[in-house]
Amino acid sequence: MPVRSKYQLGRLLLSGLQYTVLILMTLVMLIPFAWMFSTSLKTGEYILRTDFIPNPASLDSYRRLFEIMPMGRMVLNSVFITVVGTVGQILFAAMSAYAFARMKWRGRNTVFTLYLATMMIPYQVVVIPQFIMVSKLGWVNSYPALIAPSLFSAFATFLLRQAFLTIPNELEEAAVMDGANHLTIFWRVMLPLVKPVLATLTVFTFMSIWNAYLWPLFVARKQEFMTLPLGLATLQGSNESLTEWNLVMAGAVVTVLPILVIYLFAQEWFVQGAVISGIKG
Amino acid sequence: MVGQSGVKRWVWVMLFLSPGLLGLLVFIVGPVIFSLGLTTFEWNLLTPPQFIGLQNYASLGQDPRFWAALEHTALYTVLYVPAVMAVAFMLALLLNQPLRGRAFFRMAFYVPVVSSWVAVSMMWRWIFNPQYGLMNFLLGLLGIQGPAWLFDPATALYAVVIASVWKDSGFSTVLFLAGLQGIPHEYQEAAQIDGANAFQRLRYITLPLITPTAFFVLITTLIGAFQVFDQMYLMPVEYAQRGTTVLVQLIVNNAFRYQRMGYAATLSWVLFAVIFAITVVQLRLQKRWVYYEL
Repeated sequence: MPVRSKYQLGRLLLSGLQYTVLILMTLVMLIPFAWMFSTSLKTGEYILRTDFIPNPASLDSYRRLFEIMPMGRMVLNSVFITVVGTVGQILFAAMSAYAFARMKWRGRNTVFTLYLATMMIPYQVVVIPQFIMVSKLGWVNSYPALIAPSLFSAFATFLLRQAFLTIPNELEEAAVMDGANHLTIFWRVMLPLVKPVLATLTVFTFMSIWNAYLWPLFVARKQEFMTLPLGLATLQGSNESLTEWNLVMAGAVVTVLPILVIYLFAQEWFVQGAVISGIKG
Repeated sequence: MVGQSGVKRWVWVMLFLSPGLLGLLVFIVGPVIFSLGLTTFEWNLLTPPQFIGLQNYASLGQDPRFWAALEHTALYTVLYVPAVMAVAFMLALLLNQPLRGRAFFRMAFYVPVVSSWVAVSMMWRWIFNPQYGLMNFLLGLLGIQGPAWLFDPATALYAVVIASVWKDSGFSTVLFLAGLQGIPHEYQEAAQIDGANAFQRLRYITLPLITPTAFFVLITTLIGAFQVFDQMYLMPVEYAQRGTTVLVQLIVNNAFRYQRMGYAATLSWVLFAVIFAITVVQLRLQKRWVYYEL
């Protein structure tokens, strides 16, 4: 279609400019990952070159990574801690949320206000007492220490309470007529009705536990209890010139890949999660 | 609600509430109270704690590390917050246009957000390497001799800000995009019919109506900036950390390296106080620029 008017020409230039900026920004966002992957495939003298295509390419650094560190164990640790932490946090939060949204009891508002108030406390304030508690219990280097603090979240409770509040009473009354008790209503009526919120919360909780660094840094000192990010961080020595970059990048790929795959499958929920957490204020 | 009375009702309430409530008491409320008490003690975890009154608070004033950390945190915040907001808003404006491949672009901008800071820090250490890193290679193509980045206390903090803006902008972009999509089309159309050009529509319709979102993004990025840790701890080399040690890092160092639990707890309360004060000030200031539709 020929450009007829000055107006159309302006539109065309503008959208061209918009595409240029978007494509440039996409390159800026994705090239570091491409380079990370490419470096992980390089060997020998080629590691330090800025060439994009690794030639020769080899999976040797991945093999060595599993040799020098208990990588298999670290992968399992990360998966185990993340799955148990996520399921536990959401289940407990949903149960409390149910008590706040669908049960009448004295002191409900007071306790709920307490939940809201704790959301203002920065994590750093509680992390030291949590660490002291865990170390006095002799839990340093153990799964309970890694998992326990992630089982509770005031934010998840708050979010699920909001979701439960939107469910009309009629559904619940109908279930009661059929002789359902609280457990049945919670499991069969309420949880299925808030699936989108559960899905969103799951991906966000999963992501934050999977990527967590500070807490594992406190409580996992032995390699057997390290999560992937923590193990990866130990790969980088203090002497930069001795760092084996292909190994480090292979470790980074192993750490990032699972969450990227989940992201690609659950994109919609990630975006909703961002928006929902944006509403929390 | 299921109607029940007396004991039975309480049994049900406790059944549902107790796991969460127990978690709240053990992991949040208890630690908060404990932490507040801890600020009046000196304790290395090995010998019995010693009560020292408000001495930890007094020590803050004479601790050059504290003032340096406060300065680094403030500098990081001042650079990071406006940059994230500007980049995110620009990207959101672009993604709100009727262009092809919006879903793809949105996905690409979010990839750094979901990646762990540890992996991303390793990547950026590599990119910022003065001898063989991508950054100075690209600067070299432009004929610029790049700095030593994470090796130099004078530039390390700026390098971390660049990496942080790169990693976090996608998150705020999604928030801005949601805000932009919440602006009714009728407003833009009405203005267009009245002859307003694109710039005028941005200035008089989009900007005022996006202020509630902008306010929210501002508050959360400010709070996040003051809590910066992972990337600051992982990216600059030890020597350069003279120029980058932030408040959370100081808390971790005191608890971990120097075994000063009481002082670390005191620092965490100072962090809380600073965040709280900034949030209150922002809430007060919002009347001047945030536009809420009635």
